[in-house]
Amino acid sequence: MHILLVLLKKEFTQILRNRFLLLIMFQMPVIQLLILPLAATYEMKNISMSVVDKDHSSYSAKLIDKFTASGYFKLNSYADSYEKALESIEDNTSDLIIEIPENFERTLIREKKADILINANAIDGTKAGLSSSYAASIIADFNKDIRETLLQPGKLNPAPRISITYSNWFNPTLHYPTYMVPGILVTLLSLVGGFMAALNIVSEKEKGTIEQINVTPVKKTTFIVSKIIPFWIIGMIIFTLGLLISRFVYHIYPVGTYGTLYIFAMAYMIAFLGLGLLISTYSDNQQQAMFIAFFFLIIFILLSGEFTPITSMPDWAQKMTKLNPLSYFVEVMRLVMLKGSSFRDVLTQFLTICGFGVVLNTWAVLNYKKTS
Amino acid sequence: METIIVENIYKYYPAATKKERNKALNGISFTVKNGEIFGLIGPDGAGKTSLFHILTTLLLADGGRATVDGFDVVKDYKQIRKRVGYMPGRFSLYQDLTVEENLQFFATAFETTVEKNLDLIHEIYIQLEPFKKRRAGKLSGGMKQKLALCCALIHKPSVLFLDEPTTGVDPVSRKEFWQMLKSLQLQGITTIVSTPYMDEANLCDRIGLLQNGSLLGIDTPENLTRNFGKPLFALKAEQMYPLLLHMRAYDQTATCYGFGDYHHITFIDPHIQQADIRSYLQGVGFTEPVEIRQIAPGIEDCFMDLLNH
Repeated sequence: MHILLVLLKKEFTQILRNRFLLLIMFQMPVIQLLILPLAATYEMKNISMSVVDKDHSSYSAKLIDKFTASGYFKLNSYADSYEKALESIEDNTSDLIIEIPENFERTLIREKKADILINANAIDGTKAGLSSSYAASIIADFNKDIRETLLQPGKLNPAPRISITYSNWFNPTLHYPTYMVPGILVTLLSLVGGFMAALNIVSEKEKGTIEQINVTPVKKTTFIVSKIIPFWIIGMIIFTLGLLISRFVYHIYPVGTYGTLYIFAMAYMIAFLGLGLLISTYSDNQQQAMFIAFFFLIIFILLSGEFTPITSMPDWAQKMTKLNPLSYFVEVMRLVMLKGSSFRDVLTQFLTICGFGVVLNTWAVLNYKKTS
Repeated sequence: METIIVENIYKYYPAATKKERNKALNGISFTVKNGEIFGLIGPDGAGKTSLFHILTTLLLADGGRATVDGFDVVKDYKQIRKRVGYMPGRFSLYQDLTVEENLQFFATAFETTVEKNLDLIHEIYIQLEPFKKRRAGKLSGGMKQKLALCCALIHKPSVLFLDEPTTGVDPVSRKEFWQMLKSLQLQGITTIVSTPYMDEANLCDRIGLLQNGSLLGIDTPENLTRNFGKPLFALKAEQMYPLLLHMRAYDQTATCYGFGDYHHITFIDPHIQQADIRSYLQGVGFTEPVEIRQIAPGIEDCFMDLLNH
């Protein structure tokens, strides 16, 4: 016990003396939390469109008005021909082409049917998908208006109509930061907490100091625990900073309790430190550790459900997310902060994370003992 | 009384190809007596560090057994760690901790205190004391080495392992360092030290010559040189390189090496005369004056000689 205290004192002295690293460890999460949630949004605004209006009728003008009035679309240019409009997509000034054919109004009134062409630039797949579905809903709306004016009331049976009203549960205003901040906080915690510990141990290997420790009677488990505790504490400080920022900058007030969040974060940090430790036992230098760490972190982030919903991933990828500690934490953060889940509701995720913690840490300790 | 007993130690390293296994240590056996300074002399890559790692329980041997202070290096590794001091070849203390903090830290790691063992390191520590608030990474080479020695001695070890302690250290500090080792010897500490410097070999009580994982010879420096067993000549001329080529071409030459200012040469005929050498050189057209002396062999000569067998 006494030895552990001395080891801890040594760790803290070293961490506090490395001013630059200390600064980065606390500043990076703060800066990223202030920038990323505002930038990483799925809300599409200012989709620039190019219009090819060959009809020049009141209907076509009305339709274009409807687009620009929606707030999502911005009229980039009127083109004489489809080819011209295509050029603007090619030089990347517009995202969408709407072509209204000649005699659009006449055909629509006479034949009760007319065609419109919508072309979306699918280099950015998400944007193309969203903008064409926005466009489709605007046209559907336009369609409905026309029916009402064309059909004389009372003459025929009114067309059966289903109108849709919707509301967004748990995030009624679709406030993106509310959705993104918990996820980003989890990523930052994993980055700083998990990999700093791994790099720290590997640097002792690199500098040879571990050799000097290994000839002392200090037990390897004690040594590992002395590495875990400081970074666990740092992780918790970062977590607290993150929660403060989300409360006071983004005005995100968790519906659930902070207690649930903290209990989960504590277990999560132990699990993730275990992963870092495991990486450190397999690498000989900081370069190797860094590379393996990034390999895992990128996969973990992309498969965490933070940016793309897990349920829309292919089956095999959904199975992979089961092995991803990040996905559980992202899920729990959102459940607790937005939905107000209690600790009992997230017990399954909590136990899974504890399982990760036990397996990863045991593996790391065993492997560490074997290698040196 | 033997403090260290090494019996037939083997260590392999994974080789690039399956055919040849890299032997780091090839069946090494030797003993070190209580209170002795034992030197392991050998070039880089001879296996000195591997041997040290095995004896300090950092590495498991692939064959053979060894005991340190009566304890088996595998079974009783915990006992050994309490009893040995190890100073690795590379400076391995915490560079971002101060001199004082490093000492305190290693003292506690060995479950003791600096104060309890100050008498042993006192002589070395007084030189470090003015810098005790300085970070270890900012010390000069000689000071780093003294600090490393202090840290290795902080728990009063009965055996001290020093892996190339004087490599990269200036001649004055080297000399001081050996004086420190001698005074530690007076306090009953057994020391096993490795060095690539042949001149330091003479300062050891006994030395083992290590080459490619095998011990070529173990004896006192005096006996090793006494057993050289043949006359050794040193030759010097203005044009050293042509002289070397001529002497190597001479059919009476057994060995011929350049040793700084002189070429050291042994001959097949043990009764060869200086006149024979001179007439050979005249015969092949090497006309400039040549200084020829018969000299007493040094450790390096013995080492080269043993290499040839």
